[in-house]
Formats: sequence, C-alpha cells, structure tokens
Amino acid sequence: MSTKRGRRKMLVILVLFGVAVATVLGLSAFEENLLYFYSPTQVKAGEAPKTRAFRVGGLVVKGSVVRASDTLNVQFVLTDNTESMPVSYSGILPDLFREGQGIVAMGTMNVAGQFVASEVLAKHDENYMPPEVAAALKATEDKAKQVGSANTNTL
Amino acid sequence: MISELGIPELGHFALIIAFAISILLSIVPLVGAARNDAAMIAVARPAALAQLLFVGLAYAALTQAFIVHNFSVLYVSQHSNLVQPLMYRISGVWGSHEGSLLLWSLILCIWTTAVAVYSRNLPDVMVARVLAVMGMISVGFLSFMLFTSNPFERIFPAPADGNALNPLLQDPGLAIHPPMLYMGYVGFSVAFAFAVAALMGGKLDATWARWSRPWTTIAWSFLTLGIGLGSWWAYNELGWGGWWFWDPVENASFMPWLVGTALIHSLASTEKRGVFKSWTVLLAILAFSLSLLGTFIVRSGVLVSVHAFATDPARGVFILIFLCLVVGGSLALYAWRAETVSSSGRFEWFSRETALLLNNVILLTAAVAVFVGTLYPLVLDAFALGKISVGRPYFDTMFALVSVPLLSLLGIGPFVRWKSDNPARVAKQLRLILVIALALGAVIPFVQNGSLSLATALGVAAAIWVALTTLFGFYLRWRSSSRMPLSFFGMTLAHLGIASFVIGVTFVMSYSTEKDLRMEPGSSYTMDNYEFVFLGTHQIQGPNYVADEGMIELRKDGKLIGELAPQKRVYTDQNNAMTEASIDDGLFRDLYAAMGESLGGGAWSLRLYYKPMIRWIWLGCILMTLGGVLAVSDRRYRQRVKHSLRAEPASPAVTSH
Repeated sequence: MSTKRGRRKMLVILVLFGVAVATVLGLSAFEENLLYFYSPTQVKAGEAPKTRAFRVGGLVVKGSVVRASDTLNVQFVLTDNTESMPVSYSGILPDLFREGQGIVAMGTMNVAGQFVASEVLAKHDENYMPPEVAAALKATEDKAKQVGSANTNTL
Repeated sequence: MISELGIPELGHFALIIAFAISILLSIVPLVGAARNDAAMIAVARPAALAQLLFVGLAYAALTQAFIVHNFSVLYVSQHSNLVQPLMYRISGVWGSHEGSLLLWSLILCIWTTAVAVYSRNLPDVMVARVLAVMGMISVGFLSFMLFTSNPFERIFPAPADGNALNPLLQDPGLAIHPPMLYMGYVGFSVAFAFAVAALMGGKLDATWARWSRPWTTIAWSFLTLGIGLGSWWAYNELGWGGWWFWDPVENASFMPWLVGTALIHSLASTEKRGVFKSWTVLLAILAFSLSLLGTFIVRSGVLVSVHAFATDPARGVFILIFLCLVVGGSLALYAWRAETVSSSGRFEWFSRETALLLNNVILLTAAVAVFVGTLYPLVLDAFALGKISVGRPYFDTMFALVSVPLLSLLGIGPFVRWKSDNPARVAKQLRLILVIALALGAVIPFVQNGSLSLATALGVAAAIWVALTTLFGFYLRWRSSSRMPLSFFGMTLAHLGIASFVIGVTFVMSYSTEKDLRMEPGSSYTMDNYEFVFLGTHQIQGPNYVADEGMIELRKDGKLIGELAPQKRVYTDQNNAMTEASIDDGLFRDLYAAMGESLGGGAWSLRLYYKPMIRWIWLGCILMTLGGVLAVSDRRYRQRVKHSLRAEPASPAVTSH
C-alpha cells in the first residue's frame, strides 16, 4: 500500500465505502423521518396516513379555538376554505398562533379519526403564510374559479 | 450639496466605484502573473485596499441611514422604526437580504486586505493570483447587489415611520451572530483563493498548504463561534429550550463547518507530509462552495419557499449562475490541473496520514447526510413532487452513527506516528484509558439516575475517552520536549472542546426534563429536586414593548436559590407577542421558564425546563474557537522558514498537526 497507486486506490475505496454507508443509513433513516404535508381536503379524502405522523396546514377558523379551563388542552378547526378538520393539542401554542392565521400542525390521527397535534408551528410575522398553506388555499381558489367559469359556460 | 445629493446616493456611488475596482483587481494582477509583469502584479495590493475603502464607505452610508431614521431608503424603512434602540438599528443593517449582502462584501474586502497586508513573505505572483481570485468573488457579490438587490433604493414618498425589525432578532446574541458567521464563511474564500491560485500556477506544494493553513484555521474559528452564538441565541430567545433544531438555516452553516474541519486536518497532512494535495484543494473548493450555498439559501428566501425564485427571477437566476461559475469554474480548473499535482509523501496503512484520511471521510459523510436532509425537500418541491420535511430523528440518528467512529478515532489519531506505526504500540499506550472511559461511561449514567442506556453510556464514554487521550497526549508531549508549540496547545484545547461538547449534548439529550403546565399564583411544581414556585405576574414597560412578567421562585430543599422572571412581550410597534424566556444558569444545570398564555384569573400556562450541563455545549464551542486562535498564533506561521519536506525529523510519539 505504500505505492502512490495503492494509496489512491485506498482513498477511493474509503470514500466509496463512506458514501455507501451514508447512503444506506441515510435512506433507511430518511424514509422513516419524512413528514408529508396534507391539506384538510386531502385529509378528508382519506389520503393522509392512518398511523404515521404527517403535517397539515391551513387557516385557524375564527371563533373555533376552545380551551379547557383546567388543563392545557386546546381544540381548534383548521380550514383550507374547502374542507375543515378539527385539531386537538395539549401544550403551549406559539406566540403567533391566532385565529384567522395560517399555521402548520404536526401529529397523527387518533382512533376516533381526530388529528392530535404534537407540535403547532406559526412563524415569522402576521403577514406570513406557511408556503404549503398558501399553496393549499390557492388550489381551493383555482378550483372555485374553474367551477365558476364552468357555470358561466352552461348559462 | 451633500444633503441634496444624499448620503445614500454617495453610498450607492461608492458601491459602483468598488465594483469597478473589483473588476480591475480580478483581471490586471492575473494578466500580470501570466506575463510576469511586475507593474501589473503590483496593482493587486493597492486595489484590495481601495476596494475596502469604498465598500466600507457604502457600508457606513447605510449604517448612517439606519441611525438617523432615513426612511426614504426603502431597506431602512423595511427594517427599522423610530422606537428601535440604536444597537438594533446598527445591527438592522444586516437584518435582511440586501444589507447582509453588503456586510458579506465588506467582510470579503476585509479578508482580502488582510491577505494583502499579511502576505509579505509570499511570492508576489502568488499574492497577485490569490487577491485576483478574491476580487472575482467580490465582482460577483457587488454586481449581485448593484443589479438585483440595491440596499440604497429610495422610496417616494418617504414613510413617516418604518416597519420594525422582527422582535426575535432584537437580541444581542443574534446581533453579533451573522457577522461572526460571515467572518467564517467568507474566511473560507481565502483558502479557496489560495487553492485556485495554486492550481493556476500549477504549483501545489507543501508551502501552499503552509500559507493557507492559518487563514483556514482562523476562518474556522470564527465559524465555530458564529454557530455557537446562533445556538445560544436560539436557546435563549426562541423559548423552546432547544440548542439545535436541524433547521435548514442552521444546517446551511453546519455543512461548511464540517467540510472546513475536514479541511484543516487535511491541510495538516499536506503541509507536514506532502500528501493528499489534490484532495485538500478539492476540500477548499467544497468548503467555500458550501459557504456560498449557505449564504444564498438562507438569504434568498428559497428556504421559505423555492417559489421565492419565481417571484424574483432576477435574483434566482443570478444566484444560480454565480454558484455555477464559482463551483463549476473551480472544479473545471481542478480537473484540468489536478493531473499535474502529485503527492510526494508515502505512508503505510497504520499511520497518522491514514487517521487523518479517515477523519476526512467521516466528516464528509456527515456533511453529505446534512446536505441530503436539507436539500432533498427543496428539490422535491422545486419539481412539484410533493411537500415533505425531514424530521429531526433522521439527523439525530445520522450523527449518533457518525460520532462513534469519529470520536474513537479522535482519541487514537494524535498518538499514531506519521508515515508508519505499530498498532500494538499505540494500543498499549491507550488501553488503560479505554478501560477507564468505558467503565465511567457505564457507571456515571447509572449513578446519575439509576438506569442504563446504551446511548448515554456511549456518549459519556466517548467524551471521557476524548478528554483523557487528549490530556495524556499533552502530558507525553510536555514531558518529552522542552518547547511546546502553541499549535499543539491549540489542538489540545480544540479536542477538549469536543469532549466538553459531547458530554453536554449527551446529558441534555438524556436527562433534560420539560413540562408544560397551568400555574396559578401560589402553585408550585417540582422537577429534579428543584421547586418552581409561581407567584403571579406584573406588568412592565420596555422601550418598545409592554410585558407581563412572571415571578417564579426557585427552591431546592426548601431553600430559595434563585428567581426567574420570564416575560410575554407585546411589541407596541407591530402588535406582535413574543416570549422572553428566563434562565437560571449554572455550570451543571440550567433552570428555564417561558410564559405561555394567560388563562384567566391570574393563571398562566408555563413551560418549565431542567437542562443539565447544557453550558458545556457552548463551552465546547468556545474551547474549539480558542484552540483555533492559539494554533494560528504559533510563531512558525510568522517566520519565513525555508521548509523542506525531506528535512522533517522522525516523528516523536505525539506530534502537533
């Protein structure tokens, strides 16, 4: 191994080995830890996983936030303006959580079919809309427009 | 006259002049180097100084606009307002995209000038090439600013008041975090420039490694400190009690750190033994490319959404072209020239060289893991293949797996001789330490909470292993030689920093306690023998906010040991609520409280944490930084040494690297 060619070969082998290990470990750890994003419409349609954790985003429906008086349990309704779904959470909500504001919640569906959030994210300033939420809302809007134009065509 | 023309216009004008100078700097010295024209080569140094002067003027002009509330400048009106304290008006300069580009350019000019001034020992041709390469980077940044992101753009009519800086950013830790980080990022441009210059000149010898080593190490030190500050800020300010979130913004700074760490070790091999030359060059290119990528993905808005590119295509396209030119150009040059580079040193499989090579492989594996986890969601999103995010467990798992071989190796590497060594000899030296480390790793977690966890035991054992081997190596070196080089002190400190970091991370991850709960005035909660007594809240008035401040007494064994005063602030200027956590810190534990919401009747939701040994994480970062600074202070970097590889003495058992 003391020759130049030998060393270079060793280097290449080591690097390849490292990359191979990284890829194998990475892919297995990766698949488990990918969190997919769904809109309330997709959740209603049953597209979201039943047991795995996923993320859901939308606007917090005004007047829907209900707090328990003696615990930190909170319930609210999330909407993408097409469908809405109830979310329950236990803990402290972020500073920027407000009714009418876009948020992203991470969690799983429970046996009763309700979404239980383990984490609620509301970021940046009051004008900020999580990109996924913005896209979900836009999809709703586009659909509404399509329906609207289809209606005018039939008239 | 000046008042009519306006200081912002002068700043803009200074930027244009700096741009012209940077073009000059990136062309003339290179032509001079190619033609061996001394007059043209001599342009490099003064041009570097002039560039600094004009970018400095532009920077001063923008700072002045912030200080005097010149809201007719769009950027100022977007990121400061009348009630913002002076300190955050000054730091507001780098609060967003345009200004942080200006800071980046300024720091690049500072590094360029530093190279120009502290390179008297270097051949003028080499200096000319290095400065020219740095000039090219400067051309990229200055044109980016001038053509797509002018910080001096005016708004008419000027608003009476501006939009405040995000209250989260109004914190001393974050105010100095970006400049430190940029010092690191941009500092890698020096190593990059040295590598590219060496490729251009076709002379990649050990001297080249010796020249770029101190620059790389000091840049790495800044980056380490910058990342540490960012982590400390997140812990203090975000109210989630965490010190690292695997957030893409954090990962963007961590990737260059990993590659930079590999680079300083690889440079050691190249300088000492003349091996891995082309590999080292590649790392230098990679470290800087990742720094550029980090700057751009954080500041361009691409992390918020890849579609940020679509809303401002000019910036997106510019960034892509610039990255392609830098990465592609340097790699093409590398492919073309690396053939001519041959490594002279020879070594056996069990040698310091192999140890350092393994170090590089592991660190690069870690960097690839972070890269994939950070960029994969962006790529998927860009091609509309779904919206995903990569969870924290992925990164935690990857790092746990990478740490075991890396930390094992860290203990062994410094004991292995250059060129060739006998594994049995090293094993004999270290076996006692290994036994002690494993034993303590098993015992300490058991004593701590009466249970055994493999991860905790491994973490404790690894930290003790690293600390003891490092101290033992230091002792051997101290006993065997009368003169201890500062660089060896540096290495020792940095490696002890790793040990401190590992023990901190292990304890925080294994023994932290957190609790969200509802507290009424007078109620208390006990966590790990510490009693948090909530006394209620009172209102306080800050400079630009009002706050509900909670009063919490901390008791241990019934004795008052401290008080916490977490706040829930509402910034009056933008009606944003913000949580200001309160922390009772200690070397062995932090007690942490953050306010949730008022639940009526004086009751509040509160988040309480007990964080054992979390300070050791940042202590580790400080030790690593100091280690880097000490290594650079070594006098051999300031001497004009005629260095010959062949004259390298037979290595003692422990040598610095």
